[in-house]
Amino acid sequence: MEKEQDKLLREVTSGEYKYGFYTDIEMDTIPPGLSEEVIRKISLLKGEPGFMLDFRLKAFRHWQKMKMPGWAHLKIPEIDFNSIIYYAAPRKKKSPSNLDEVDPELLETFNKLGIPLDEQKRLTGVAVDAVMDSVSVKTTFRETLAELGIIFCSFSDAVREHPDLVKKYMGSVVPYTDNFFAALNSAVFSDGSFCYIPKGVRCPMELSTYFRINASNTGQFERTLIVAEEDSYVSYLEGCTAPMRDENQLHAAIVEIVAMKGAEVKYSTVQNWYPGDKLGRGGIYNFVTKRGICRGERAKISWTQVETGSAITWKYPSCILQGDYSVGEFYSVAVTNNFQQADTGTKMIHIGKNTKSTVVSKGISAGKSNNSYRGLVKVLKNAQNARNFSQCDSLLLGDRCGAHTFPHLEVDNQSAIVEHEATTSRIGEDQIFYCNQRGISTEDAIGLIVNGYVREVINKLPMEFAVEAQKLLQISLEGSVG
Amino acid sequence: MLSIQNLHVSIEGKPILKGISLEVKPGEIHAIMGPNGSGKSTLATVLAGRDLFEVTEGKITYMGKDLTEMAPEDRAREGIFLGFQYPVEIPGVSIVNFMKTAVNEQRKYRGKEPLSASDFLKFMREKKDLVEFDSQLTNRSVNEGFSGGEKKKNEIFQMAMLNPRLSILDETDSGLDIDALRIVARGVNKLRSKDNATIVITHYQRLLDYIIPDYVHVLYDGKIVRSSGKELAMELEEKGYDWIRQEYAGNGR
Ligand SMILES: Nc1ncnc2c1ncn2[C@@H]1O[C@H](COP(=O)(O)OP(=O)(O)OP(=O)(O)O)[C@@H](O)[C@H]1O
Ligand SMILES: [Mg+2]
Repeated sequence: MEKEQDKLLREVTSGEYKYGFYTDIEMDTIPPGLSEEVIRKISLLKGEPGFMLDFRLKAFRHWQKMKMPGWAHLKIPEIDFNSIIYYAAPRKKKSPSNLDEVDPELLETFNKLGIPLDEQKRLTGVAVDAVMDSVSVKTTFRETLAELGIIFCSFSDAVREHPDLVKKYMGSVVPYTDNFFAALNSAVFSDGSFCYIPKGVRCPMELSTYFRINASNTGQFERTLIVAEEDSYVSYLEGCTAPMRDENQLHAAIVEIVAMKGAEVKYSTVQNWYPGDKLGRGGIYNFVTKRGICRGERAKISWTQVETGSAITWKYPSCILQGDYSVGEFYSVAVTNNFQQADTGTKMIHIGKNTKSTVVSKGISAGKSNNSYRGLVKVLKNAQNARNFSQCDSLLLGDRCGAHTFPHLEVDNQSAIVEHEATTSRIGEDQIFYCNQRGISTEDAIGLIVNGYVREVINKLPMEFAVEAQKLLQISLEGSVG
Repeated sequence: MLSIQNLHVSIEGKPILKGISLEVKPGEIHAIMGPNGSGKSTLATVLAGRDLFEVTEGKITYMGKDLTEMAPEDRAREGIFLGFQYPVEIPGVSIVNFMKTAVNEQRKYRGKEPLSASDFLKFMREKKDLVEFDSQLTNRSVNEGFSGGEKKKNEIFQMAMLNPRLSILDETDSGLDIDALRIVARGVNKLRSKDNATIVITHYQRLLDYIIPDYVHVLYDGKIVRSSGKELAMELEEKGYDWIRQEYAGNGR
């Protein structure tokens, strides 16, 4: 028994990370360390208006009083926040208005990642904001979208060009006081994406942000802000990769979504940060605060995430269901292999009447990894007829990994209906052998079983990315069972 | 086609098969009978290539090749099929998807193009009809929530899809009602040809009324203690295994 198991595990854990290359490129950096001075410098370099610097400084002073959260089911090595570089930007003259002004090295990097920034070459129907280390290098289809009144640009451009919108909504869903990493991000964030969909507009293409960490020793701190006015619709996708390095790198992001009456926002993530090597060396520490608010009636926010990367993942995309009849959804696949750790889940906060939320979480653990689902369903006193359904499944490959579920319920309204289902299963040697006996290799057998297991979530992704995500899953599990 | 010589097999150091020899030629049907725990399933599983079991001595050749060195998926692609005594459930994987992968892997191995989706469905419909397999079941996950009998019928359906050279059916008859038994036997007989061979493992001579064996072997304590024609099955049905047990114990001393 033992022997076969070991062999299986060895095989699965030999998958390789495809995006581990590094681009040698001229950078502007601020030396490592965190202080008011560094924050002032970031703000100055970005040419920000005063309100931004105030926001950053308030956040920084608050952060200084905070401690790293310790409640997650994670072993987090001590992080020395003074050894991190908080600003590293590919050198450029000014914000590129056309492709000729973007450094060819950068274009090549994104080409290699399968994200061509040339609008002609792009998948039709997808607009991209490409962020490398601390800054956005290019946003495609800006003009096309502007014709519909849609604003899609880097966060820095938004601060300059739409300060009123930024001022109004930034921090309105995730205040800097929210948690340790949110405070840190609010103090030092350097770029990200901004998206505004006017009333009644259905965004005709997928919007996406592609995050790339390139420089060493650098943390990436970006924010995304999406505002969907009444009866508008947008589907947004985020992807991310990083070079392979023995050191750990910190990524602490914030995503805020505001959905007005009748608006719908679909936010999908395919997270593939470098997970570290087979022995657990290196990898990204991914501490992310994502939250959306359904402000008006019938608003809907749907989170879909496929998390395969990062050494440590700490994220809980959440929905505040304020408007009556508003809807929140969370569909998640989280894969951990080797020494990866993930503590992820969601919070559904029911405030309005007849609000509804659905949670489908599929954890897959292999190697010596640890994978936890942590969820909160909170129904407030006035949330008459609130409904929640949660399904949390765990799939184990081998017997050296762990899966845990921490569902929390706080229900203050008698009429609420809250259901929770959980299952744990294991890909057994006997299942693998059964497949082998029909001529299916072990790798393909795992692929079949895993794809079957995650189908419900993958189906929620935009078509173009579903296929990618499936391949990614297979790669991250390569080598895990017999 | 298959030649087993003096096969010894252990699990975790414990000997289970203790010197089995068996020759199977194309077109033949062999029945293997024997009391619980005598090693029938072990033999079947070793032939299919499960490495849980350790071959400590002896040789297995199949179509002129040394089988012991071959990965289980390659044995399958070479035409060995095992109908499991306890078919495994694979939640989330539909039979259609599962069989499409299996059939196309076999085709790839044999240098053929994969079947298109529509050709595959047509092929599947034919085979489903041939072995009278319930259409409703193919859209469900492999064996998940299947009744005992449905699982066994699914094994025969898969056998029809893969058209093996050597089929090993491990107690495919147990758990089947009379009608199902007939259906399964009819399926096996339809799939029979002069080029393929079948090993049926069973406890009941009833199955052998439908699938008529050329040879019947009795496996007892990891050895084939008796081989004969169909009449041996009758004898066992009548007398049980006690006489073999006694004879064997006598010989042993
Ligand atoms: N995985 C295993 N671990 C330990 N012992 C095993 C294992 N598999 C089989 N055995 C042992 O090997 C012996 C033969 O088992 P096997 O399943 O081959 O018998 P069988 O003849 O098929 O019996 P039945 O008629 O009950 O199906 C039994 O004593 C059984 O306990
Ligand atoms: Mg048996």
